[in-house]
Amino acid sequence: MKIKTVSRSSDTYVPVRNTQESSLPRNLNPALHPFERAREYTKALTATKMEKMFAQPFIGQLGNGHRDGVYQIAKNFSTTNQVATGSADGVIKYWDMTSRSEAVSFKAHYGMVSGLCVSPNSSSMLSCGDDKTVKLWSVNTDEFDGSQSDQELYHGRDGKGGLLKTFLGEHSFKGIDHHQDEELFCTGGASIQLWDINRSKYISNLSWGADNINTVKFNRTQTNIIASAGSDNSIVLYDVRTNSPIQKVVTSLRTNSIAWNPMEAFNFASGCEDHNAYLWDMRRLDRSLNVYKDHVAAVMDVDFSPTGEELVTGSYDKTIRIYKTREGHSRDIYHTKRMQHIFCVKFSTDSKYILSGSDDSNIRIWRTNASERSSIKSTRQRNKLEYDAALKERFKHMPEIRRISKHRHVPIVVKKAGEIKRVETDALKKREDNQRKHSRPGSVPFKSEREKHIRGTAIKEQ
Amino acid sequence: MSHIVSASAPLDTSKYQRGSSKQQKKARYTKDRKLNAGLKKVDRQYKDAVQSAASTELLLQEDAGYLEAEGMEKTFKFKQDEISEAVDVSTAAKKFDLKLEEFGPYTIDYSRNGRELLIAGRKGHVASIDWRTGALGCELNLNETCHAIKSLHNDQYFAVAQKKYTFIYDKTGLELHRLKQHIDSTLLDFLPYHFLLVSAGNTGFLKYHDVSTGTLVSEYRTKLGPTQAMKQNPWNAVMHLGHGNGTVSLWSPNMSTPLAKIQSSRGPVRDLAIDREGRYMAVSGADKQLKIWDLRKFKEIDTYFTPTPATSLDISDNGLLSVGWGPHVTVWKDVFKSKQNSPYMNHLLPGSKIEKIKYVPFEDILGVGHQKGVSSLIVPGAGEANYDALELNPYESAKQRQEQEVRSLLNKLSPDTISMDPSVIGTVDKRASSIRLKPGQINQVTTPGEDETVPEIRPDVQGKNSKLRSHLRKKKQNVIDQRKLRIEKNLKMEKEIRQKRHREFKGIPEEKDLLGPALARFK
Repeated sequence: MKIKTVSRSSDTYVPVRNTQESSLPRNLNPALHPFERAREYTKALTATKMEKMFAQPFIGQLGNGHRDGVYQIAKNFSTTNQVATGSADGVIKYWDMTSRSEAVSFKAHYGMVSGLCVSPNSSSMLSCGDDKTVKLWSVNTDEFDGSQSDQELYHGRDGKGGLLKTFLGEHSFKGIDHHQDEELFCTGGASIQLWDINRSKYISNLSWGADNINTVKFNRTQTNIIASAGSDNSIVLYDVRTNSPIQKVVTSLRTNSIAWNPMEAFNFASGCEDHNAYLWDMRRLDRSLNVYKDHVAAVMDVDFSPTGEELVTGSYDKTIRIYKTREGHSRDIYHTKRMQHIFCVKFSTDSKYILSGSDDSNIRIWRTNASERSSIKSTRQRNKLEYDAALKERFKHMPEIRRISKHRHVPIVVKKAGEIKRVETDALKKREDNQRKHSRPGSVPFKSEREKHIRGTAIKEQ
Repeated sequence: MSHIVSASAPLDTSKYQRGSSKQQKKARYTKDRKLNAGLKKVDRQYKDAVQSAASTELLLQEDAGYLEAEGMEKTFKFKQDEISEAVDVSTAAKKFDLKLEEFGPYTIDYSRNGRELLIAGRKGHVASIDWRTGALGCELNLNETCHAIKSLHNDQYFAVAQKKYTFIYDKTGLELHRLKQHIDSTLLDFLPYHFLLVSAGNTGFLKYHDVSTGTLVSEYRTKLGPTQAMKQNPWNAVMHLGHGNGTVSLWSPNMSTPLAKIQSSRGPVRDLAIDREGRYMAVSGADKQLKIWDLRKFKEIDTYFTPTPATSLDISDNGLLSVGWGPHVTVWKDVFKSKQNSPYMNHLLPGSKIEKIKYVPFEDILGVGHQKGVSSLIVPGAGEANYDALELNPYESAKQRQEQEVRSLLNKLSPDTISMDPSVIGTVDKRASSIRLKPGQINQVTTPGEDETVPEIRPDVQGKNSKLRSHLRKKKQNVIDQRKLRIEKNLKMEKEIRQKRHREFKGIPEEKDLLGPALARFK
């Protein structure tokens, strides 16, 4: 007789002292793990519910904000925690996001601050305003130690700090941006002008057609390309090397803002007055790459996350929406009762936070992922979050999970407006369908949603 | 050197495959390149997961038991005494006999991790024992009939089906709940992942009770008389019920009718058992037949003969089928693979009829409850050698048990997920017409064609013995009241419609309306 039975020695499985970890042998044979699909689904459902329970997008505001509506936010791309803002009363402030306190503030302009940017060497800041001036400010934070008086802050001490230079223009400015590598900047307004920081007068005028330019943006990778949006509903691209425009597209309504994709240098997004944001390929402007719908009022500002995977938009409907770049509808919507029309919205440079400036003079900080916390996590916790994320991804199409993860409380005004808008668009669509049905086949062609808003393009021959 | 696996040798991953192995992984799923890349990535991840799961086999600590005959020996000739001399001391110590002659016959159950043994004598003797150490957890004399005992999700609670009601006790023997909905039940089972206590019995009702919330999830009338046998399919949580007419019906808590019915034996079903992966079922009937069914195809594989009807069946983790008939226990090996000529093992309990046999989880031990007490037998090769501690842990500490309880409650599966195929959740229903058919074809299915005749709407005409007439018959008094007038009028109308219908049927033409349409209504 040959015989053997299962006989486990408890020494192997039971710890000798109760302070020791007990051994937890695993056996991955599926026969020992019944209902794995159903159990994973249940875990995914729980994870989705937990995500909703922990969703707290709003963190707080920066300092005490401004005295008037905030219309400009400028990122300092070389740090994660410094940001500049400009308001309607002509004051610009430089903030320390870590302590959420103001580092320095300048009364920069008479009237509104209409453009603001931090130069890539991060030691200075450019602002422009309705008062036909562009001002260059020093923002070396170690200079602001609290020992200076307001006068010293403004004019600088020992020739350092404060207001470094003033450029006088011919018209009031709208929008300003600094070149990534060279000491150049461009300004919008009645015309696009290119300035050298070391000169007092602009070096060239780039305008093509538009009567007023609302926004200008340098591409930070293809550094010599400028994208501009004008009040004649056009988006025009310029090349600084040849001092000439290269592409132009006219859309149905005005474009309010432009943001270049930081990773795909040839793509940019635009926020439009027609409630949508659009993604464009600068080589082919006869068709936009993507349409971001869901807002119920004009999109005032767009910004890409540093990876280019996500897009944040601020709108006149008092909400912020976050889109995945490849999807057409928002993955999240942020709003508070006291937040008014949003005029500027930016990702922080570590993509974890979103800053928004609105009419109500506050600068608010939001989490990019509403349920994420920035505290240090143990390995177990991190593994659990990763596992949950994978499960949620796997079962995201299940009706219950989709319903829970998609559900958002939206202000009644926005909800109502969305419903009305849906009825209107449906009616238009129905009307078009009827027209098509009762016309000669082919005489009313289908127009894709990505082309509908385009009135025409002009490619300038070299 | 043979146990060292070289890195280049391909691993046998068949055990770890999900779904049918025939399913070919495609190089191209759709024309959408992005989607295709995503699907291929999922394929790759699945392949990697299977590979790495298979490679963890090296780390398994224990080997399964076996019993082999040498020379002229036959394994079924070995006596338990010989076996207990041949095995190691710790295994031999696990073999014991409890002589309890007064309150028998005894039914038994083990806790899910195999640590606790629960016994219940028909005459009301209930005890829980940590059978390895022999420590008595609790002992109760209930002074009424006990039909069945069942351990719940861990060894802290158990349910007993008593004379009238079913009760839940805790480990110390304290009565926690009287489940007054479960009247006259003789069979109990527990679905651990759904936290459902299932009972069936003489009333013919099948009841699902959620023990985590205390609500009765569903109760169904089987309409097949008293239930004779009940076991769960551990793979998909479907309950298999054996009935007096020889059918086995399969139930889920979501359907008031059985999911399937199998005519298995020519007499009443005595007991049944299902293997842990839900592939095979063994059914014994009063016709002295033991039948093996393939549950995937619903096909009978083999039939075995038992000299007297088998009263209790159980299938071990490694697929050993044990049959209790009369005072005998027979263990069969490989019955699901091929027809066996001789059993694997045999045992006789002289003069004591077997009530219930049950394998101990993760052990090579078979527990037998019989007329005169409880015995445990050594059956080498029965149990799963390597347990998964995150699933069920026989060596768990109190802390681990508590944490596991919370975790399993968080992951409690909803009763409506129970279906024949447990992996159906999260998949596309390919039978749905929207997927099976092309857009043009759907219209054909949903809108009837031109030539198809729409069935005529016929008024519901009461027969001669209508409710009105029987009501009138009951009203014996010769009192004319408003109601009676109304009823008589309605009866007259009914009669007219009947006559009209009759004339239509006979083909007699309608008599001409003499008054014309305008005056006809004053008729």
